[in-house]
Amino acid sequence: MGLQISFWIFSVIAVGGGLIALFERSVVRSAFALFGTFLGVAGLFLTLGADFLAWTQVLIYAGGIMVLYLFGLMLTKPSPFERNLRRIGLALGLTASFALLFFWRLFAGAEWGALPAAELPAPEPAARGIGLAFLRPEGWLYAFEFASIILLLALIGSVYIARRRSGPPPAEEAS
Amino acid sequence: MPGWLLTVWAAVVAMVVVFTFLTIMVMFSVWMERKVAGFIQHRVGPMRAGGFHGWAQSIADSIKLLFKEDLILIGADRKLFQIAPALVMATATAMFVVLPFAPGWQVADADLGVFLILALASVTTIGVIMAGWGSYNKWSVYGAMREAAQVASYEIPLALSLIPPILHYGTFSLATATEAQAGWGGMQWYVFSSAAPVAWLSFPLFFIAALAENKRAPFDLPEAESELVAGFHTEYTGIRFSFFFLEEYAAMFVMGAVGAALWFGGWNFPGIHLLEPGSALLQVLALFAFVAKAMALVFVMMWVRWTVPRLRIDQVMTLGYKYLTPLSMAVVLIAAFWEFGLHLIQD
Repeated sequence: MGLQISFWIFSVIAVGGGLIALFERSVVRSAFALFGTFLGVAGLFLTLGADFLAWTQVLIYAGGIMVLYLFGLMLTKPSPFERNLRRIGLALGLTASFALLFFWRLFAGAEWGALPAAELPAPEPAARGIGLAFLRPEGWLYAFEFASIILLLALIGSVYIARRRSGPPPAEEAS
Repeated sequence: MPGWLLTVWAAVVAMVVVFTFLTIMVMFSVWMERKVAGFIQHRVGPMRAGGFHGWAQSIADSIKLLFKEDLILIGADRKLFQIAPALVMATATAMFVVLPFAPGWQVADADLGVFLILALASVTTIGVIMAGWGSYNKWSVYGAMREAAQVASYEIPLALSLIPPILHYGTFSLATATEAQAGWGGMQWYVFSSAAPVAWLSFPLFFIAALAENKRAPFDLPEAESELVAGFHTEYTGIRFSFFFLEEYAAMFVMGAVGAALWFGGWNFPGIHLLEPGSALLQVLALFAFVAKAMALVFVMMWVRWTVPRLRIDQVMTLGYKYLTPLSMAVVLIAAFWEFGLHLIQD
């Protein structure tokens, strides 16, 4: 019962936020609605017992990426009618076809019916398991380290591009 | 009573307890801030309200705030303007859920306590940006933008500086980390433990990043009153303004409590092993020790605020990106090698 209630609350937040993000005219308001969607999805993860995933979602998407979105939006020139909903047809068609494909793959051959909440496995602390899975050679250690090196390269590259150049401009810019 | 109703009931009780504690703690902190500011500036601070050293000043202030008119500008984005204080307040209250006040006195022993606090602290930022944008005031938008830039750059050192204690105790849970610091009759705090040098390196980083995350001086750029009137809460009055005020002091306490729980032994105090576990005396003393340690760190934040002048925005960014971020990465590396060495010695 409690699970159903929280599922419905978080679903309404997630879907409602998404709809507002889609149909709101002001871009900043859309961004805040998207933030609501992130929180709702994090709540759904929590109801599924994936606490690490839920808080990562809040930390990275709701807290980090959203702040960068808003920062970017505030640097752009505002206008009262920023949205043009007439151009949405192509995007809607593409998304709908992908969603159809996805659900067809997901539910082809699925057995329908609700699993009683008592039979669901109890949620357990996941952080230790995730850490052990990532940081062991027989787990995902190499993929994990590879990804972190790529991120480090991206970081250093962005610093190199953004840094202030003192002195005369380099030769390739002058030519 | 069905299980879910029991859960809701427990949540309501926890909310009332947390909110009561938070309100009293914030009132005390505001009074303390004014007294500390007074003593540092060689004056006495509030002296009249209530008699003894103006102890009732905060009560008088909050009653005044409650009765102030609630203003919303005509051009303001009413929904965002109204949601922002609620969002900020909700996240500040939610962070108290995982703080271990005494053995067993914790609303929820979340396995991911520190992680949860970091996540919710970043959500507070969204509330501040929402307030700045919804206010229909250029100063507010400037404040919000500064908050966005500042928090995006200081979240990394804050999270990284928390990693050494997490590595040492092998847990995100504040309660488990506190229990692990109970040795030596309650004196084996992380700063005195076998990884003490790493603790001394990481704590200053954590403290500076926490100041910036809480937008406390010298990092109070989002509400710099000499440049931006009052920054993101320029247009807020009455109860909505007091929500931002509550949030600031609540976040200070939470950061102080995280520092106390991870570096300074949480509710452990010298001689805790002499008392019978679970006795009322131990519980009360432990609660007192925890709140005292957290408030001591809050006091240092106030001390810094009234001593160091505000940084410029470029200095804030330089400090964040060029010094704190590489330093915290280095500290994480040192901590990892130190823990590895400890394991080698123990095996």
